[in-house]
Amino acid sequence: MKMTLRKLSVALALGLAMVMSGGAQAQTKVGFVYVGPVGDHGWSYEHNQSRLAVEKEFGDKVKTTYVENVSEGPDAARVIQQLARAGNDIIFTTSFGFMNPTLQVAKRFPKVKFEHATGFKRAANVATYSARFYEGRHVIGLIAGKMTKTNTVGYIASFPIPEVVRGINAAYLAAKSVNPAVKFKVVWVSTWFDPGKEADAAKALIDQGADVLMQHTDSPAAMQIAEKLGIYAFGQASDMRKFGPNAQLTAIIDDWAPYYIRRVKAVMDGTWKSTDTWDGIGPGMVGMAPFSDKIPADVKAMATKAHDDIAAGKLHPFTGPINKQDGSVWLKAGQTAPDGDLAGMNFYVEGIEGSLPK
Amino acid sequence: MDLLVLILQGVIVAATPLVFASIGELVVERSGVLNLGVEGMMILGAIAGFAVTLSTESYFLGIAAAALAGAVAALLFAFLTQVLLSNQVATGLALTIFGLGLSALIGQGYSGESTTPLAKVHIPLISDIPFIGPVLFEHDPLVYLSVIVVAGVYWFLSKTRAGLILRAVGENHDAAHAIGYGVIKVRFAALMFGGACAGVGGAYLSIVQTPLWVEDMTAGRGWIALAIVVFSAWRPGRALMGAYLFGGVTVIQLHVQGLGVDIDAQYLSMLPYLVTVLVLVVISHDKTRANLNAPACLGRPFFASS
Amino acid sequence: MIRLEPRKEVSKHLLYLTPVMAVAVTIALGLVMFAALGKDPFRAIAIIFYEPLTDLFTISEMIVKATPLILIGIGLSFGFRAGVWNIGAEGQFTFGALSGGAVALALYQVEGFWVLPLMCLAGILGGMAWAAIPAFLRTRFNANEILVTLMLTYVAVLLLSVLVHGPLKDPEGLNFPESRLFHEAATMPILIAETRAHVGFIVALVAVAVAWVVLSRHIFGYQVKVMGQSPKAAAYGGFVEKRVVWISLMISGGLAGLAGTFEAAGPVGQLVPALPVGYGFTAIIVAFLGRLNPIGILLAGFVMALTYIGGEGAQISMNLPSAVTGVFQGMFLFTLLGIDVLARYRVRMARRLPAEKGS
Repeated sequence: MKMTLRKLSVALALGLAMVMSGGAQAQTKVGFVYVGPVGDHGWSYEHNQSRLAVEKEFGDKVKTTYVENVSEGPDAARVIQQLARAGNDIIFTTSFGFMNPTLQVAKRFPKVKFEHATGFKRAANVATYSARFYEGRHVIGLIAGKMTKTNTVGYIASFPIPEVVRGINAAYLAAKSVNPAVKFKVVWVSTWFDPGKEADAAKALIDQGADVLMQHTDSPAAMQIAEKLGIYAFGQASDMRKFGPNAQLTAIIDDWAPYYIRRVKAVMDGTWKSTDTWDGIGPGMVGMAPFSDKIPADVKAMATKAHDDIAAGKLHPFTGPINKQDGSVWLKAGQTAPDGDLAGMNFYVEGIEGSLPK
Repeated sequence: MDLLVLILQGVIVAATPLVFASIGELVVERSGVLNLGVEGMMILGAIAGFAVTLSTESYFLGIAAAALAGAVAALLFAFLTQVLLSNQVATGLALTIFGLGLSALIGQGYSGESTTPLAKVHIPLISDIPFIGPVLFEHDPLVYLSVIVVAGVYWFLSKTRAGLILRAVGENHDAAHAIGYGVIKVRFAALMFGGACAGVGGAYLSIVQTPLWVEDMTAGRGWIALAIVVFSAWRPGRALMGAYLFGGVTVIQLHVQGLGVDIDAQYLSMLPYLVTVLVLVVISHDKTRANLNAPACLGRPFFASS
Repeated sequence: MIRLEPRKEVSKHLLYLTPVMAVAVTIALGLVMFAALGKDPFRAIAIIFYEPLTDLFTISEMIVKATPLILIGIGLSFGFRAGVWNIGAEGQFTFGALSGGAVALALYQVEGFWVLPLMCLAGILGGMAWAAIPAFLRTRFNANEILVTLMLTYVAVLLLSVLVHGPLKDPEGLNFPESRLFHEAATMPILIAETRAHVGFIVALVAVAVAWVVLSRHIFGYQVKVMGQSPKAAAYGGFVEKRVVWISLMISGGLAGLAGTFEAAGPVGQLVPALPVGYGFTAIIVAFLGRLNPIGILLAGFVMALTYIGGEGAQISMNLPSAVTGVFQGMFLFTLLGIDVLARYRVRMARRLPAEKGS
């Protein structure tokens, strides 16, 4: 009898404790919409890693939800709205094609905060954010210029959107600045994600003489081909060393965690405001994988210096004099590119061969 | 000249998954069944092949697992369409949806993993013949297997009694049944062969070309294989040609871009599809109609009335 | 042993009972699957099958998703009955969206009640034009339409991307590959306030009704059935086959193109590269699930829409990967298709007579 009574009181106490701790703090609910699978080891994978970082940072105070493989067409608005209806306080939509659906839903849910990646339209409850990946491209461009022996750098590009064009231009300018003879070969694969096609493109570039590869597509396929054929390559969006232990010189890593944590905290503190954030290496949004040992010490030093200068704001990858491909002047000597020019960039800089697909 | 050798090598690698998938489906369609689930079977083969190769470190086991995965998927299709007489088109599409989902589910733990690709085989003396050597004789074993399978299917269909029975079943299953051939047995066998081939084709992607796993990595190749079967007018040699044509144009348009030719890349991306249609039109036009018709019973459910 | 005996006529009440049985079997299998994944199986099933039906928003989204599926499915059913295999409805959908959308952009900021109908006409004609290519190649060169329609789908999707990256790009859009948002007069009127359900649904219902009338009463419906059941008989009247090929492809192309324009002008509101999401392929399933019958297609369209929306709900509420939706849909389709046999055949236990050996 005594035993039962004791057990009962223990159970009661436990139950009370659970009820009380459950109701003690209000949870902030954070939603994420991904355009691809979290297993892509690229774009969506890094967003998801950053989501996990948010969970780690705030523990029980947040509850995160994500939906992956959301196409940017008719389904997007519904998914975003479902997340809003599910009580999420802040929703991150992680692809530019989600821009109009995000705004559409935001109108209906004025109390919910929305964060749209790589877009340009805002509202009172819609903020935008993007990363200055071109800063990372500058650093890898410097390394590529020095490491190529055939003076040919192969670039696997997806679609001619401003972000991709910025990357090509930044990498080229940097490579040329340390190696005036360098040439870039750009192949457009018309997909963000098709390992087989990326592998075909990598091989084609290597066949045509490229001995350093860069990519703006999402899978590690090109890195694997580089490894197989003894070529150097740079990882994209995440550290791809596992796929190219000898091939990877470094990688540009998307690190959204600092930003996500900042914004979730702002929601918790009630200080959230709609802003436009375009962060680069300095604030930690653009990370770089450790430099490979294959890079000679002097090149490493040069690249590290450039990296640190960019972080400190001392160096801007687009500093004049720079002409457009058609010869017209874009930036005068010493002039740095205004963000507006960069955001809508749709031209090659002088020296890149071939024309931009329209 | 060197570049041409490299291009042709690239073409062969790009085409091999299509060769496997299309030759398998060709056999299935010759027996009178339309299995639109090729994409689903390929992707299941891709994850099975990758997962087993990764854990056992044996390419042989991996490829066997891929063939098995494809065959089991085909078995499900066979049961639904041959025993339960479900609509073939819809069941095939359902298999594709199911296969894509199941493979992604199984593959959850495998993204981020990598293995070394299956190595090329260097045949002493033959591989050293200038030009022909490296182009034709310096590939991984699966490339050679794909050609052997095509030759085998050709020989089977045209020179063996079993092949004759299979073709009879595809042309007129009621008559074949009346003669006493086991229509359903034949179709089950054909479907499992087709599934195994599709599975190996998928495994080529995840074991040889890009040894990794990501969901949907077949990226529509199963549909191209279906088109190639049609293109081939259900003849094995033509299926091989169709696969190489498609793979070839795909690789060549990438090279064209690299060479700096000033054509919009997205128009170039359309080339493989347009060229395939064009060649089909040319081929279909100057032959007699009889040669081109699909097996007469393609897609029709077989119901034994006695 | 078990034998199947065809029923003289399809059992009417089994016709309605089999889908219910299929749902029951799927629920049972689904419970097992979710339990194996470590999730609350009952909650998962409720979220997929039940919850979408309980809320106006999700019902309206089901209408949004079912509308193109029904339109395209009706169009395809004509061809499929006749043995014309249009696998490229997705391409006709895309080209129709492109045509209708181009008209909308050309008439940007022009007001008038006639803008939208003109867009729809352009969409229909665009879809028909895209389907005319396989029709021509088949009737003139005997080129198999399975291949041509499929290949043209890829071409249409790439064409949409090229044009949205170029001439149709929003001039104020910072060079993003999206067209302008369509203006008010070029947008689909909404059926249910505060939702995305638009009048395209009414058009779909009309299509169902018209198809039903044609198939059961009009001579064309008869010709289509004959060609499907006996191609050799139809071939004797060679001109009939050509006519049926052309008309089937024109109908399915036109309806797919119209569905494309509706999607661009309705739920999306602009032209974007991601506009084609696979409705053209899903509609093939819808057509066959509906047994190529207009009313069946109407119901099948809603059933498919339910699985998409329910699956999404499960991802959100239970943190499931998107793969689960595909597996579940596949399972559901398998059971629906498999159980269908009971409506058409009677299961009999029969003894095999000793003399009845395969000779």
